[in-house]
Amino acid sequence: MVLKAHIPESRQTTKPHSDMKWVGNSMKRVEDPRLLQGKGIYIDDISLPGMAHVAVLRSPHAHARIIKIDKSKAEALSGVILVVTGAEALEQVGALPTWSSPPVPQHVIAADRVRHVGEAVVAVLAESRYIAEDACDLVEVEYDPLPVVVDMEEAIHSKGDAVLHPERGDTNVALARAYQFGPVDEDFAKADLVIEKKFRWPRSGGQPLETVGAVAEYHGATDKFTVHANTSMYNYCGWMIAQTLGVEGHKLNIKPVLAGGSFGSKMFVHKVPIMAAMLARMAGCPVKFIEDRVDNTTSCDNHGSDRVYYAKLALKNDGTLLSLKTKIIDDYGAYLQFGVGQHGNALSQCIGPYQINSVEVDLTAVLTNKCQQGAYRGFGSEVANFVVERLVDAAADKLGRDRLDIRKQNFIQPDQFPYLIPTGNMYDSGNYQAVLEKALNKIDIDDWRKKKVEMRKQGKYIGIGVATCQERSVFSSTEFWMWNLEEGVEWSSSPDSVSIKIDPTGKAMVTLNSPFWGNSPETVATQVLAEQLSLDPKDIEVCYADTDQGLDSVGPGGSRFTVMITGAVVGAATKLREKMFKIAGHLMEASVNDLELVDGAVQVKGVPDKRMTIAEISDQAHYYRLSLPADLDLTSGLDATYIYDHPVTTFPDKDGKHMGIFYPIMGHSCHVVAVEVDIETGKVDVLKFVAVHDCGTIVNPKTLDGHIRGGIVNGIGSTFLEQFSYDENGQPQNVLLTDYLHPSIMESPVDMEVDHVETPSPFTEYGVKGGGEGGRMGSPPALVSAIEDALSEFDISIDFLPITPMRLRELIRN
Amino acid sequence: MDNVSISVKVNGRQYEREVEPRKLLSDFLRHDLGLTGTHVGCEHGICGACTILLDGKSVRSCLTFAVVTNGAEIKTIEGHAANGKMSPLQEAFWENHGLQCGYCTPGMLATAQELLDANPNPTVGEVREALSGNLCRCTGYQTIVDSILAAAETIRGEG
Repeated sequence: MVLKAHIPESRQTTKPHSDMKWVGNSMKRVEDPRLLQGKGIYIDDISLPGMAHVAVLRSPHAHARIIKIDKSKAEALSGVILVVTGAEALEQVGALPTWSSPPVPQHVIAADRVRHVGEAVVAVLAESRYIAEDACDLVEVEYDPLPVVVDMEEAIHSKGDAVLHPERGDTNVALARAYQFGPVDEDFAKADLVIEKKFRWPRSGGQPLETVGAVAEYHGATDKFTVHANTSMYNYCGWMIAQTLGVEGHKLNIKPVLAGGSFGSKMFVHKVPIMAAMLARMAGCPVKFIEDRVDNTTSCDNHGSDRVYYAKLALKNDGTLLSLKTKIIDDYGAYLQFGVGQHGNALSQCIGPYQINSVEVDLTAVLTNKCQQGAYRGFGSEVANFVVERLVDAAADKLGRDRLDIRKQNFIQPDQFPYLIPTGNMYDSGNYQAVLEKALNKIDIDDWRKKKVEMRKQGKYIGIGVATCQERSVFSSTEFWMWNLEEGVEWSSSPDSVSIKIDPTGKAMVTLNSPFWGNSPETVATQVLAEQLSLDPKDIEVCYADTDQGLDSVGPGGSRFTVMITGAVVGAATKLREKMFKIAGHLMEASVNDLELVDGAVQVKGVPDKRMTIAEISDQAHYYRLSLPADLDLTSGLDATYIYDHPVTTFPDKDGKHMGIFYPIMGHSCHVVAVEVDIETGKVDVLKFVAVHDCGTIVNPKTLDGHIRGGIVNGIGSTFLEQFSYDENGQPQNVLLTDYLHPSIMESPVDMEVDHVETPSPFTEYGVKGGGEGGRMGSPPALVSAIEDALSEFDISIDFLPITPMRLRELIRN
Repeated sequence: MDNVSISVKVNGRQYEREVEPRKLLSDFLRHDLGLTGTHVGCEHGICGACTILLDGKSVRSCLTFAVVTNGAEIKTIEGHAANGKMSPLQEAFWENHGLQCGYCTPGMLATAQELLDANPNPTVGEVREALSGNLCRCTGYQTIVDSILAAAETIRGEG
């Protein structure tokens, strides 16, 4: 058990205050004008002289040995430069980066065996993408099919030829781990009641409108690669890509571009850049590889969680929740790039906002003949939230209690923070009652309950659903390693950084070390710097460093970005302020303790005429060294760099008793939804959607609302529409957007309101918490709860997603 | 097959080019003319990111061959602003946070422009109907509707 005494001291230097001008301002985004005018540079907009294009021939088999490849006809086609098989690629590059230990080996092109439909078998490089695709049709591949494994529960028992990676043993179980956190057996012994349910969460994915791409160059004279790519984490672990390419880290420069959406899917893109870089070195010309939609849906490495839960919730007859046991099977597909990080993630908030005393988790991660998992908004926590909220609803129903009352009864109270949960993670702060009350008032729950009764008399089925959700933010890497079977890397750093320079005329340039992927990095940095140095946002410019220039930065993901960049900007601005005070103090003959920064100038407190503007100070800093003291802190120029480490983490317990503090900046939300169900067609209309979130101090309400609204609609997709389906032969059933349905505007609620409670974090600068994922994590249980409420007379229980019209009708009719 | 000569006006400028008959309009605009503001999302006509205005009508440039635009007039996202000043629609998207990653934006602007050209006072329902063929994975769509309604007000002189 982690004790409160083990919580590291807060490093917060700046608390939120009442006279903030830019933090909390719904400023228009600085990214937008170029995006609105078609001037943003995304990966497919990069074009280099002499550039060749890649198309990939993909496996039509879910599981097969590659017997023979005849590429002669393809090679003979005019305009074709290279046709490369997996065996040939093995001579060029090593295995792909992975965090699982022991690793599940994966290659950029399958070498001797394909393990899912869509796996790369041959890469063609040609003068145009059109010719490359033509050439793919001319490659002849002979396969020897192997037994196909698609059912995750059957995969546990696979033997022989059905095993995907025989070198790891005669099993498709990639990893099995069980942990008890707290006195689970004692708590179950105390229980009056145990709610037991099976849940099925389906595989869906971020599926941004822009696929993954890379443009690579190889400079033979210096043995160095330059790779433009819409990836992230390049300034954290870009060297892992260099390792696969067989060069040292400094021989690979990854240059970021704008990403047309990610939702986790571009977290650490490696296959596509490695493919482009390998071919660029082989062919001696720049190479572009842009996935098409089929490449992306079948082989993107970013399918989301695909889980079965056998869950038990122990409670007392008075409604007190005691303990939670979950036995989980997760279908990871053919490989395991992030290990089972999605499960550690879920354990950061697995008790929800409730005082549940102990937790047991028993995980079996299996390998099947499907595209492998990666990251999708929630990274596994959305599933755990669905499970706990559904169990609490079921417990309330069983006890004949109101679903709201049982939640209120078990909420962690405002005076209990910081609160340590059984897994070891900390909830830093919160006020769950306030969020719930605000949400209920906003929707006017009593009025909807009346409407429900009135509408029922008219033959309509209206239901109201409420769900809460913890919104963990600022992931760290510390807990990842606890899951591995063998000791491997055990990183404990997860920083983000900025460099800021003030030019001689007083204008600021901020350099970020992680990319834009649909969030608002330039706006966040601008607002926080404007706040810190009382600058006009118009006087701030933001740019992005590549890996040659960049500093340690994990980048966006795990709802980190706003917290981490705010911390980094505050750190750098503090250094700048100190230097400006020294210079201004010297030149104005005042003590630095008597100075303050007001409206873009350093002035003597109480003497507003005695002031120097930032431009005047910067001019002195750049050009008048001899006017300043010999102080070594006063070297010419005005610039600062700051690497902001994660605000608060601790190591996991070596014996597996707890996971340490790893995901502690804890937001919270409550979604309240009114739906109407057509019992004849199974169609569900969302009549009203209210979301109240507590993401601590808000930097920009407009962009935070945007994240929440977008996330909610992602959640509507997960609830009603989205599932990557595979048939019994491992053939994907929906590889195009004609079949894999994104929510369109017609599925998006007309009436959606977002509001906030602000409980500042005591650990982060200004008290900011992340809010990138809560919309998607919170909406599915609220929606299904509303459907159950609408159909209460049918006594149905929705324990699986997506709840399509056909499946809902089946439930109603049975 | 031999290349075909086409003459097409894009954003007010006349272009004469030789194109392969199978070349998609999206590739022609992006690669041959360097107008990379038109985005390709799905390449099968579902997402709508590649939507452009062809003689004033919204068209999926990923489902259109460049050769069929011979003699036509095309407007892409690069053609909305005039003399460095953004159009009322672009301004309204900025003001109302009608975009996040910006990838669907070229198609949204084309579709919205077509709607407002025909109907400067649309209802929420009409805006939703018009946008039903354009996907956005980021915003949840509400702010896009808000943007278009705000632009309509400006265009009508009420904003």
